[in-house]
Amino acid sequence: MSETIKKFMYLNRRAPYGTIYAWESLEVVLIGAAFDQDVSLAFIGDGVYQLLEGQDTSESGMKNFSTTYKALGDYDVTKLYVEKESLEERGLTLDDLMPLTWEDEDDDWAEKDSIRLVSRDELADVLDDQDIVYSF
Amino acid sequence: MKFAIQVNEGPYQHQATDSAYQFAKAALDAGHEIMRVFFYHDGVNNGTNLTTPPQDDRNIVNRWSELGKAHDLDLVVCVAAAQRRGIVDEGEMQRNGKDAQNIADGFRISGLGQLIEAGIQSERLVVFGD
Amino acid sequence: MSTLHTVNKSPFEKNSLADCLGYAKEGSAVLMYEDGVYGAMKGNAVAEKVAAASGVKFYALGPDLKARGISEEKLAEGIEVVDYAGFVNLAVENDKVSAWV
Repeated sequence: MSETIKKFMYLNRRAPYGTIYAWESLEVVLIGAAFDQDVSLAFIGDGVYQLLEGQDTSESGMKNFSTTYKALGDYDVTKLYVEKESLEERGLTLDDLMPLTWEDEDDDWAEKDSIRLVSRDELADVLDDQDIVYSF
Repeated sequence: MKFAIQVNEGPYQHQATDSAYQFAKAALDAGHEIMRVFFYHDGVNNGTNLTTPPQDDRNIVNRWSELGKAHDLDLVVCVAAAQRRGIVDEGEMQRNGKDAQNIADGFRISGLGQLIEAGIQSERLVVFGD
Repeated sequence: MSTLHTVNKSPFEKNSLADCLGYAKEGSAVLMYEDGVYGAMKGNAVAEKVAAASGVKFYALGPDLKARGISEEKLAEGIEVVDYAGFVNLAVENDKVSAWV
C-alpha cells in the first residue's frame, strides 16, 4: 500500500476494561497491519495486564476482546514486547500471559512466540530505534 | 516539517485538545505543515457542532473549525470511535438510520487508515492524550 | 535517534514521568507540560529522580507553569522553560516524539 516502511511502535501502558484505550489501540493495530509497516507493540506498566490469560467478561456485560491478541500473528504482527520489570512488580510471570504465537512462513511455518520478554533497558533500545510511536 | 497530530481526549474534560490546538497553531505560525489532525477515543467529541460553552471561555470546537478553515487543515474524526460516541455526518446518518447529524464545520469522519497514513506520510507524529 | 519525550500528567497522579525516565536515553529531551509541569518543581519527591537522569535535557512549558502559578524560581535546577513555539522546535530538532500520557 505504500513504498515507505517505517518502524511503528504502539505503546500500551493501560489495563483493559477499566478504560477503552486497550481495545481501541488494538483496533489501530489491526487496521495498521494492512499497511505493511514494521510493527511492534510494547506493554509497559499496567499494559501487561492486557495479555493476562483467562479473561472472562460474561458477568460484566462488556465485550471480551482478549482473543483478538491471539489473531495478531495472522496479521503479521509478531513483535509484542513485554517489560520484565512491569510483570515482576505485579507478581506476574510469562506463564500468566496468553500464549501468543505466529507461524513463520520462512521457516516451514514453524510456530514461534510473539511475546518477547525484555528488560526496561532492552525495551528502551527498541523504542529508541522506532520511527514513530503511537500512544493511547 | 510535516506534522501529524493525534488527539485522544474530548473538549474541556482534559487539556489534551487545548495543547494540541496551541501546538498546531505554533507549528503553522512557524511555517510548518500539518497534514492531518486525527481525533481518536473521546477526541471525536471535538467534532460535534452541538456544544454551547460559556461565553467567557474558549469555544474549543469552533476554534478547531476556524484553524482548519484558515489553514486548510484535514480534521479527521475516526468513524469507529465516532459511532460509539454519537458523532454523525450525513453519510453516517443515512447508513445507521439516525435522524440527525452533528459533525462540526471543517471536520470529516473517516477510517483509522487515515491515522496510519498520517504516521507514514508525516515526519513527526505528536500525540495529545491523557 | 534522539527522542522528545512528553509528559503531561502530575507525577503524583500517575507514574508517567517515572515510566518516561526509565526510557529516556542519553541525548534525549523530556518536555513536561499540562499537569506534568508539577514534576519540574524543586524540592518535591521526584526532584531527585529528575536530577539523576544523566544526559537528558528537561524542559517545562511556560504557559502551563504560569497557569498553575508556578514561578520559575520554584523550578528545579536545569529545567529550561519553553513556550509552544519552543515545543514545536523540540519536536523538529529530535527525531521523533514519544508521548507518556
